[in-house]
Amino acid sequence: MIDIIGLVFIGVGLAFDVFGVLGLVRLPDVYNRLQAATKAVTLGTCSILFGTFLVVGFCAAGFKAILCMLFLLLTSPVAAHAIARGAHRSGIKLWEKSVVDKYAQDKEGEK
Amino acid sequence: MKSKLVLFVLGFLVWLLLSWVPDWQHIIVGVFVAILVAFVVGDLFITHRQVLYHPLRYWYFFACYLPLFLWECFKANIDVAYRVLHPDLPINPGIVKVKTSLRTDTALTFLANSITLTPGTLSVDIDVKSGFLYIHWIDVKAKDVDTATKIIVERFEKILKKIFE
Repeated sequence: MIDIIGLVFIGVGLAFDVFGVLGLVRLPDVYNRLQAATKAVTLGTCSILFGTFLVVGFCAAGFKAILCMLFLLLTSPVAAHAIARGAHRSGIKLWEKSVVDKYAQDKEGEK
Repeated sequence: MKSKLVLFVLGFLVWLLLSWVPDWQHIIVGVFVAILVAFVVGDLFITHRQVLYHPLRYWYFFACYLPLFLWECFKANIDVAYRVLHPDLPINPGIVKVKTSLRTDTALTFLANSITLTPGTLSVDIDVKSGFLYIHWIDVKAKDVDTATKIIVERFEKILKKIFE
């Protein structure tokens, strides 16, 4: 029974990771792609890892999966933040149909 | 010093969980790695010690913040899936500026991370001195600072203020 629940979690996770990759391909610029990448990874990959934990139970691999979940939740937003900030500072423009860019207005002339 | 010690114990525990079967070689290498990590970044680990002594803060963290965070995280995934699968790609992106009254580093880190993992928002930069956050919003509903603050920041700010400040 617990195997089946674990496999369902792995399936859901795979589906969300596929949506994330699809977003990476379809969305127009760096920032929008980062949005898809960070968000789909949290539920997608965490769900795969949780499913793995349910399937293998309390052993070495199971605990590693839980720890990986924790680290992923802590690090993926930080990485996205760093990439977005770096991209904007190195002068990558937003998508041309973007509505507003307060960051560029405030940081104008600052290097 | 105390902060380094706490980080050493925590790092060693994580090492033990990762290596799982405790044999001598693993433990000795783990002790050295944990000492190195604690020595290099130990001072940054606990900066406001008095925060850790309040049991009520832990209660707020586990009972209020975590459920809200996980629910928002779940909603964010559904939202991304919807936008990506929709044939017209319903996005309306832009970078807005919001204001926060949080000041400590830990609280700001948690706020920025929570914002990144909630539906449609991604924190780009923080101005610590004046308390402004620059948020990339995939579906801009309000361009001015006050309305955007109300929509994006407020639901987390109240809880984080109780936990970290």
